[in-house]
Amino acid sequence: MPIDGALLEIEDLNAWYGESHVLHGISFDLREGETLSLIGRNGAGKTTTLRAILGIVRNRKGTIRFRGEDLTAVPLHAIARRGIGYVPEERGIFASLTVAENLVLPPVVKGGGMSEEEIYRLFPNLAERRSSQGTKLSGGEQQMLAIARILRTGADVILLDEPTEGLAPVIVERIGEVMGMLKARGMTIVLVEQNFHFARKLADRYVVVEHGRGVDYFAASELDAKMAGLAEQLGV
Amino acid sequence: MFCIPYVKCLPLVALYGQLLLGLINGSFYALLSLGLAVIFGMLRVINFAHGALYMLGAFVSWWLSITLGIPYWGALIFAPLAVGLVAVLIEKSMLHQMYRLDPLYGLLLTFGITQVIEGTFRYYYGASGQPYPPPPALSGPLNLGFMILPIYRAWVVVISILACLATWLLIERTRIGAYLRAATENPVLVQTFGINVPLMMTLTYAFGAALAGFAGVLAAPIYQVSPLMGTNLIIIVFAVVVAGGMGSILGAIVTGYILGLLEGLTKVFYPEASNIVIFVVMAIVLLLRPAGLFGRAA
Amino acid sequence: MSILAQQSAATGELRSRLNLLTLAAGAVAALVAPFVIYPVFLMNVLCFALFASAFNLLIGFVGLLSFGHAAFFGAAAYVTAHAAKVWGLPTELAILTGALAAAALGLIVGFLAIRRQGIYFSMITLALAQMFYFICLEVPFTHGEDGIQGVPRGTFLGFVNLDNNLAFYFVVLAIVAAGHFAIWRIVHSPFGNILKAIRDNEPRAISLGYNSDSYKLRAFVLSAGLAGLAGGTNAIVFQLATLTGVQWQSSGEVILMTLLGGIGTLAGPPIGAAITIGLQTYLAAVDFPVTVLIGLIFVVCVLLFRRGVAGEILAYMRKRG
Ligand SMILES: Nc1ncnc2c1ncn2[C@@H]1O[C@H](COP(=O)(O)OP(=O)(O)O)[C@@H](O)[C@H]1O
Ligand SMILES: [Mg+2]
Repeated sequence: MPIDGALLEIEDLNAWYGESHVLHGISFDLREGETLSLIGRNGAGKTTTLRAILGIVRNRKGTIRFRGEDLTAVPLHAIARRGIGYVPEERGIFASLTVAENLVLPPVVKGGGMSEEEIYRLFPNLAERRSSQGTKLSGGEQQMLAIARILRTGADVILLDEPTEGLAPVIVERIGEVMGMLKARGMTIVLVEQNFHFARKLADRYVVVEHGRGVDYFAASELDAKMAGLAEQLGV
Repeated sequence: MFCIPYVKCLPLVALYGQLLLGLINGSFYALLSLGLAVIFGMLRVINFAHGALYMLGAFVSWWLSITLGIPYWGALIFAPLAVGLVAVLIEKSMLHQMYRLDPLYGLLLTFGITQVIEGTFRYYYGASGQPYPPPPALSGPLNLGFMILPIYRAWVVVISILACLATWLLIERTRIGAYLRAATENPVLVQTFGINVPLMMTLTYAFGAALAGFAGVLAAPIYQVSPLMGTNLIIIVFAVVVAGGMGSILGAIVTGYILGLLEGLTKVFYPEASNIVIFVVMAIVLLLRPAGLFGRAA
Repeated sequence: MSILAQQSAATGELRSRLNLLTLAAGAVAALVAPFVIYPVFLMNVLCFALFASAFNLLIGFVGLLSFGHAAFFGAAAYVTAHAAKVWGLPTELAILTGALAAAALGLIVGFLAIRRQGIYFSMITLALAQMFYFICLEVPFTHGEDGIQGVPRGTFLGFVNLDNNLAFYFVVLAIVAAGHFAIWRIVHSPFGNILKAIRDNEPRAISLGYNSDSYKLRAFVLSAGLAGLAGGTNAIVFQLATLTGVQWQSSGEVILMTLLGGIGTLAGPPIGAAITIGLQTYLAAVDFPVTVLIGLIFVVCVLLFRRGVAGEILAYMRKRG
């Protein structure tokens, strides 16, 4: 359902890993300042959608328009420069870099990002462990680091892939607080999430992904009414 | 006198002399294997052309001297730059196409490039060497009391240790080095952060090549400047790299020096084996510690 | 090894049809050739064809790039020459001794080299071959820079006089054909299928319970022995064994022949050997450095022509159906 003036427009997006066709024409729009949650079973194609938007999966067809510009023509390394930050599902913390080096690795792409001091104030654990090897952190700390390093860059659109996967409830709560703060700052967020309790505190709209397509679209206010059907659809 | 029971006794001066030679060879092994390791880490290509680029460094110094009258000190800067530029051309025109292929193709391509470069030089300059004197400031001997040390050789040892340390610091302690380490681990993610990894690959290759060119300049006054000076060296450096394991920058440097020294010692006590000692060490390392002295098991 | 694997994964039927065709054409050419072309040149081509095919057994069917195969070719040349000249062994026994020596050397080199994978394997074989070169340079039995000269050709099986080039040609043809037959049998045996499984996916082959190291080592020894058969025969043809045979440049040449002809194809290496030896002979007459040309062919092959002559033909036929 394309909307005029959307920040990011995805239309009829197809993507392949080698011969295997994974995205079958998914479409959605993202408006400035909103949080859009992609939900769906494992293997539905949520991660691939993010990877196709960023150009990590290069074998793709369809429309990806960001602020009116066709992103499919933009080289991989130039996409971040448009103000798009990525927090991958596997977190992607570098073993050969310290925590501090991991934090400052992504270059600043826009004004308005947080300073290192602000970030360390937000995540005191990271400050304590600045000189440890990145992958020596706990899973929760690595997730925070993966989010924190994007905050520094000034990116105003963030693609987050399952930030709470496999984490303890206290840490999930902490990440929820941070994301609430980002939302309050006007950040635009695409959140891939299986955890409804987490997503519902943040999401403005939902897209249900199935077999590489968007099969349902609804607003946060409709969530309760949809809940029963969704639980079955997603097998949760 | 210095004795190893049942083997040999010889004057200490001779021992020091060979140890110095070993240290010098070790300097070249270290500089070259360091460049190979940096290139391999980022590009996943074993640069067979490394020996040819080293030779090129020496030849550029010699040319600069005889055609433009640019002295050694200028060559120390311009020759590595020129070699780096050649590397950029190689990477941009050919090598970058290898990244999506099996790493063996990168080895074969650079082997072919080596043949072209060395064959061309050999065609024009023959197999014999051109003399390249050390700069006046570094000529002559230095009497240390216990031995006479040619100043130039001392200089080579010192400057190459400094170059190795500087490279190590660059990679381990700077922001550019952090990009390099990160891109070695996960190039795609680093690209999504907005870092131009293809450009980094070009520059990494150029940097490794420039190190080889730098070693070539240092070598020019010690060995003659000859088209084949890098040919056998590169194979020895491969053995060094296999013995050391390419996972660690410091490992490449240390292994280079250790094997150079060991080769020097062999020249003293069992000269017949000095040509093969490094290969023997490689074989022993493969038997006892297949991943290499500083390598991580795959 | 995925890329090399893909290239050789031609459909079986097309392959066997094409193989039969090539075989017939090759047989006719081989029988007629010595009456048209100088037999010594042809014998050289045949020996290198076998050498390249032996090398291809590793790269094409196990996925191992040996950068030191000259050591086996050259070692066999020395041993054969020594056996024929100093020990006075009959020619066929001298050649056999050379091949066995190469296989033994292959056992040592292979044992060390298979301890590492991929690109390291290549570097190790290159380094060990270089070590062998230095040993050959030092030990008296190789006669240093002069090499072993004036090796008697003798008689084959006691009745074929090998001083007659034409007669010798057919003996070499028989030896080389036997070598190729052996390679063909190896590739199409259950053993060969396991080698290909290792090439295509080593972890999977291991998880299926195959001891991949042992298979790789056996293939390596076979390849070294066959390379030795070629080297020993070559030494008798030229009545000479020198350091040239064990130099790394020779290892490069055999790689080039295989790459040019088509890695992983059975017809490719002989085609590549014929082209390369032809070019070298031609260039010896004109003023153009051979190494530069070899390097250029390498570069062009790797950049544009990775399937080689035979691979391109196969791909073309496959496209036409
Ligand atoms: N690198 C890959 N190569 C091949 N197939 C893949 C790869 N990554 C994911 N897939 C397949 O693509 C489909 C979508 O995966 P993904 O986008 O990761 O799903 P989700 O994130 O919704 O769980 C799945 O069937 C998965 O098996
Ligand atoms: Mg996913």
